[in-house]
Amino acid sequence: MTPASSLHRVVAKAEHLVKKPLWGCQMCGQCVLHSTGMTCPMTCPKTLRNGPCGGVRANGNCEVKPEMRCVWLKAVERSERLPLWRDHIDQLRPPVDNGLRGTSSWLNLISGRDKQVPAGWAADHDVGA
Amino acid sequence: MSALERKLNAGQFVVTAEMPVIDGGGKAEILRQLEPMQAYVDAFNATDNPSAHAHCAPLAVAIALREAGVEPVMQLVCRDRNRLALEADLVGASMHGIENICCLTGDDVTAGDEPEARRVFDVDGVQLVSIARSLQAGRYLSGRALSPPPHFLVGAVENPGAPPFDYRVRRAATKALAGARFLQLQLCYRTELLERFMHEAHDAGLTERIAMIPSICILRTVGGMRFVATRVPGIDVPATTVARVEQAADAEAECFELAYELAAHALAQPGVAGLHFISFRKDAGIAKLCRRLGIAPRIERETNEHSASVARR
Repeated sequence: MTPASSLHRVVAKAEHLVKKPLWGCQMCGQCVLHSTGMTCPMTCPKTLRNGPCGGVRANGNCEVKPEMRCVWLKAVERSERLPLWRDHIDQLRPPVDNGLRGTSSWLNLISGRDKQVPAGWAADHDVGA
Repeated sequence: MSALERKLNAGQFVVTAEMPVIDGGGKAEILRQLEPMQAYVDAFNATDNPSAHAHCAPLAVAIALREAGVEPVMQLVCRDRNRLALEADLVGASMHGIENICCLTGDDVTAGDEPEARRVFDVDGVQLVSIARSLQAGRYLSGRALSPPPHFLVGAVENPGAPPFDYRVRRAATKALAGARFLQLQLCYRTELLERFMHEAHDAGLTERIAMIPSICILRTVGGMRFVATRVPGIDVPATTVARVEQAADAEAECFELAYELAAHALAQPGVAGLHFISFRKDAGIAKLCRRLGIAPRIERETNEHSASVARR
């Protein structure tokens, strides 16, 4: 099923209907919610996938949106309350594949497409000093 | 291998400093800015549009620093360039013999004077560290071969003074895992937070794997103190500290005293590999502070370390 097929589009629509109200889903197509305490990192104004930036305010609010609590503060707190995946938050997540934007992460999970990383991404982090 | 990398490998104390932003004046301006602090500093950060204000590009400043005979640390932030442009700058830096790289996510565009600009953040600071490491392994992010591969000393930053405090050391560890060899720590006016960060990092064995370099800023005026306290993202200055400078008879002297106290405190923490200085003074503030802290000039430290290593044989 290609992202352009009508079935894929219907599933993507359904996914958005469920995940937008619950998690503010931005349809990046490569969902990592379970690794980030069920907090969508794409709602961070800098769309950071690997933890909070250095600009978090003393009151725990966002550098960019002073009225909003830092997305990553919530992610860290919530990840500790999850029954599973608690250590996933420390994993190094690869850059977003912008080609998947708007597609269904559910179908990308089933097909394994969301796990594809660029060939040069150092997945093993053992490439010599 | 850069001198900075050699020194960090050997566990020698290092001094890095922020090169003031350059907006013109050619290489003469670089030399003028270097002059008062050059004797004490091992490497100078060529900053990348700090506080989201446009200035001369870090690659250009880093090249000029090398031509001036000093060692640069080229900063790269993720705010203004996508992954292609970042890779291009890294490979370009290598072509000019620039090996010390500091990867930052970067302040948001809203912190600067062109807040209407598009923010990029195609990758984040941690991913950029990993990309630099991929280049070193001889491949672009796409997997395309890069031969001969560049050699870098890749570093990053961390902010011990920003929430979530109990997560900052774990985030630093993720940066080490991605390939960072040093961390220049954000200015921290709440000493108890730097203390907590350094103790946790030390107890976790992290300071053995990644060189921790706290930053110290030498301010000059009450206005400067207020700017740092209110306008720089992620820096929390206690009201008592701001008041101390405001009420001082001589604000400049008080700012220097404050910088000295913070630096002495940072040096007393376990696992500190060096200090990073930022000075808004026009005079030799960094040199004066080093002397007061008992940090010898660079040449003296290099000679002493050399004779010490000869003696050890």
